[in-house]
Amino acid sequence: GEGKRGCRMAEEKKLKLSNTVLPSESMKVVAESMGIAQIQEETCQLLTDEVSYRIKEIAQDALKFMHMGKRQKLTTSDIDYALKLKNVEPLYGFHAQEFIPFRFASGGGRELYFYEEKEVDLSDIINTPLPRVPLDVCLKAHWLSIEGCQPAIPENPPPAPKEQQKAEATEPLKSAKPGQEEDGPLKGKGQGAAPADGKGKEKKAPPLLEGAPLRLKPRSIHELSVEQQLYYKEITEACVGSCEAKRAEALQSIATDPGLYQMLPRFSTFISEGVRVNVVQNNLALLIYLMRMVKALMDNPTLYLEKYVHELIPAVMTCIVSRQLCLRPDVDNHWALRDFAARLVAQICKHFSTTTNNIQSRITKTFTKSWVDEKTPWTTRYGSIAGLAELGHDVIKTLILPRLQQEGERIRSVLDGPVLSNIDRIGADHVQSLLLKHCAPVLAKLRLPPDNQDAYRAEFGSLGPLLCSHVVKARAQAALQAQQVNRTTLTITQPRPTLTLSQAPQPGPRTPGLLKVPGSIALPVQTLVSARAAAPPQPSPPPTKFIVMSSSSASSTQQVLSLSTSAPGSGSTTTSPVTTTVPSVQPIVKLVSTATTAPPSTAPSGPGSVQKYIVVSLPPTGEGKGGPASHPSPAPPPSSAPSPLGGSALCGGKQEAGDSPPPAPGTPKANGSQPPGSGSPQPAP
Amino acid sequence: MKGNETMLDFRTSKFVLRISRDSYQLLKRHLQEKQNNQIWNIVQEHLYIDIFDGMPRSKQQIDAMVGSLAGEAKREANKSKVFFGLLKEPEIEVPLDDEDEEGENEEGKPKKKKPKKDSIGSKSKKQDPNAPPQNRIPLPELKDSDKLDKIMNMKETTKRVRLGPDCLPSICFYTFLNAYQGLTAVDVTDDSSLIAGGFADSTVRVWSVTPKKLRSVKQAADLSLIDKESDDVLERIMDEKTASELKILYGHSGPVYGASFSPDRNYLLSSSEDGTVRLWSLQTFTCLVGYKGHNYPVWDTQFSPYGYYFVSGGHDRVARLWATDHYQPLRIFAGHLADVNCTRFHPNSNYVATGSADRTVRLWDVLNGNCVRIFTGHKGPIHSLTFSPNGRFLATGATDGRVLLWDIGHGLMVGELKGHTDTVCSLRFSRDGEILASGFASLSHDSRVSPDIYVDFSGETA
Repeated sequence: GEGKRGCRMAEEKKLKLSNTVLPSESMKVVAESMGIAQIQEETCQLLTDEVSYRIKEIAQDALKFMHMGKRQKLTTSDIDYALKLKNVEPLYGFHAQEFIPFRFASGGGRELYFYEEKEVDLSDIINTPLPRVPLDVCLKAHWLSIEGCQPAIPENPPPAPKEQQKAEATEPLKSAKPGQEEDGPLKGKGQGAAPADGKGKEKKAPPLLEGAPLRLKPRSIHELSVEQQLYYKEITEACVGSCEAKRAEALQSIATDPGLYQMLPRFSTFISEGVRVNVVQNNLALLIYLMRMVKALMDNPTLYLEKYVHELIPAVMTCIVSRQLCLRPDVDNHWALRDFAARLVAQICKHFSTTTNNIQSRITKTFTKSWVDEKTPWTTRYGSIAGLAELGHDVIKTLILPRLQQEGERIRSVLDGPVLSNIDRIGADHVQSLLLKHCAPVLAKLRLPPDNQDAYRAEFGSLGPLLCSHVVKARAQAALQAQQVNRTTLTITQPRPTLTLSQAPQPGPRTPGLLKVPGSIALPVQTLVSARAAAPPQPSPPPTKFIVMSSSSASSTQQVLSLSTSAPGSGSTTTSPVTTTVPSVQPIVKLVSTATTAPPSTAPSGPGSVQKYIVVSLPPTGEGKGGPASHPSPAPPPSSAPSPLGGSALCGGKQEAGDSPPPAPGTPKANGSQPPGSGSPQPAP
Repeated sequence: MKGNETMLDFRTSKFVLRISRDSYQLLKRHLQEKQNNQIWNIVQEHLYIDIFDGMPRSKQQIDAMVGSLAGEAKREANKSKVFFGLLKEPEIEVPLDDEDEEGENEEGKPKKKKPKKDSIGSKSKKQDPNAPPQNRIPLPELKDSDKLDKIMNMKETTKRVRLGPDCLPSICFYTFLNAYQGLTAVDVTDDSSLIAGGFADSTVRVWSVTPKKLRSVKQAADLSLIDKESDDVLERIMDEKTASELKILYGHSGPVYGASFSPDRNYLLSSSEDGTVRLWSLQTFTCLVGYKGHNYPVWDTQFSPYGYYFVSGGHDRVARLWATDHYQPLRIFAGHLADVNCTRFHPNSNYVATGSADRTVRLWDVLNGNCVRIFTGHKGPIHSLTFSPNGRFLATGATDGRVLLWDIGHGLMVGELKGHTDTVCSLRFSRDGEILASGFASLSHDSRVSPDIYVDFSGETA
């Protein structure tokens, strides 16, 4: 049966070639398998003709079932139904979902296609856990088009892919405006259901524009639709309003919605103007909110931010190095904002710095200049150091370590000297702990184990002893991790809150009830699994999984990340066997990206990509491959509550023939009412 | 090959060839000169040459019409008169005017609506010259609820915006999630309140897409307790406990390839691979009748726009006309040389169009079961059909990715819409007939806009 079936399937593939006939050897093989040893050549020929004809007939009928099922792939059940039509008993038990792996074999002058039957151990099947129950069919509504325009919501294809945005930015004359008639062929290529976007224009435009050799029309659209205006208003209000839940939702929307690019100029201006105004007013809360907006924009994989980096960088830099960011510098924790903004700048450098724009070197210069300056206040000093430190170990090594001694003296003079100003004291204190925090891990890698207080004092001056103890601590921590790796691997879910999980790798369907975003590390695996299960073709996609090599004592998110940063390490030549306490074993970590569409350009932590870290082997010392290593992920400063997002999951209601204006799509549901006026003053954009 | 029906068709019937008189003379002379008797015999035996007077057609013209399994349609096949006009609407406008007047006053925009309303009123009063006699086909009496529906419908009509290239519609798109390629048929009620889906796992699922949940009628024992005189008796008979958004109808034993709501939303038809058409009650959500007769997969079924009648077509190459209260078909439309893939009622309920895998579209008269139109021109099996709301045009879509428009009165092709690359699975006109939507189901759904007619409704995605 199988052999025959195999031939059949092979046959179907060749249907396009008419007059395909099975080789008569196949008949012989089938005959042999049934115990008929000798069969005449003539008989074989007759049988071949007959069987080929029957198979074609069945294949044709099976195709009917495929077409009627509105599919483009023939399944085994189609063949079963076709057999049923012919009053032939279907072949039971052939319900493979996927490609049936027919094998080809040749030998003895024969060529064979056969179906490989593996022996299956029943106990294996019994012992494997049951697969998850597939989700039931459900209906989801969304606006495909509103008066001929396609709303930019996740359900619809993104109006302008990142490449197109880039092309627009870099080659304004060549690229076509979205919704303009030149867009047509692009859509035609099967970009899918992007039908109605700007069709009205398209209809009117062609006769006028056909002959125009060069389009000199302004490219960027300066008007937003009413819905976009509403969305913009709601989002900006929520982002700077007083309701934290709404803000989380709004940020979620900014970070995931694919259709924001038309609003980018506005967001960018909103942020830069907002920072300008609020720095003057020393409004710390608003500055934090604005920085979180920047973070969200950076996290959106569909946005081409390059055009607006020039506006964003000054704003972010301001939040790092400004002399004063809050009304009461002695009480308020503006340091957290500086840290967060510093991480943002590092992220910006990483994404956008090129040899032509030199963003990183320019930023580095700015920081260094303000740090070196004697008169720089402690706040700015702190910001500059934080900004430099976030740029990576190399920067710490070359720019910060050499100045440790000098800086240590300055700190000591404030801390030990006569109390001049409480603010200075606090500042110096913060700078000191910042330096210790960032330098210790680097030193732990650079220096060989015996950590001697005196040696440190000699090299780094007054900070030496403290540094020494920190380095020792860092080493101990590293050792602990390494041990932990040896003992167990602990599977936990992705530890970063709110940022990634809500976006399923496929832009496809989401199931409303499952969109809870986990807020903490302690997220049960089950939630994740069901959140991802919405992807239709594969019934059980692997959940996001981190096999973490860290001590289980690492309770906080930050901890886990920093551990994995140092564990797989940037294992380069500088890495030497660490300490005696560290087992000289470092794991090789393999990064497995299961994301379907993650473009290589996005950062490893890009929210679109679901990653899996697998410990491949534990070789003695040496080159670990840094998966997430070089990418410290900043947690948003004021801890954001686990948000029941849904900013983008909006569905339109039912619609009649096209009358009444539809609700604004893309507007987060929860934002029905205005944020209460009691909130903090809003930036004037 | 003895059992092959297609072969039998070729053997027993003649391939139709339309040739101008001049061309025919030339061909005949040529064959006679060359003494090519064998070919002449084949021509005599297997071809039916339909000679017409006048200019020979250009290659383009010929190409447009070829493709059918049995050659082009004979000239006389499309000669009979077809009443393609719409039936007169029943006179139920009195309440409409009153209520509409109120509505206008409330909205404060009476001026704008007046002329529109008048035009609609006058249109429905005038008898369409192309319409069939009102009682050519006996139609069911209108019930009170139908009249209410009609009134609602007319009210909405007055508010309708005329669609066109400058005024594109808004489209609400329903996606079936987690269907795993199992969705095989879809229908939406005329008022967009219910959606039915037929699935490969033999189920039919009905969703309510309005806040109103689906409820079934109470059990007989409970029903007897209800006070039948009360005003809200219709409300009382419903069982609140059964309210849900989705009802699953079990009964078929094969993939469900066709689904159709009755115009009054009380019934649902489904056709399946198991050879039956089933009638489901949307009051009790149970199967009422299984119509057997096709014996092979039934590819499509559709209710008449006036209810009561329905048509089905399947692998057995015939389309059947049924009435819901007869378990045997009233008419059998035989003539297609391959599967009847899709069946549609004409808006006036007097005709039925069928699209077939033999690449022809036929129009059948419900009154006498005759085939009154044969449209050839598609190069692949027809998979979708739709009549324009005014009954004048028929749009057909096939696996060749083309959508063809036919003038029913003249029996001519009037347009070809290109753009699709694969099977056109669903077609639907907008209510005002200005816009035609075509759906193309595949792994990635796709709907397209054609240059002169626009896409409005994209029905199904797998």
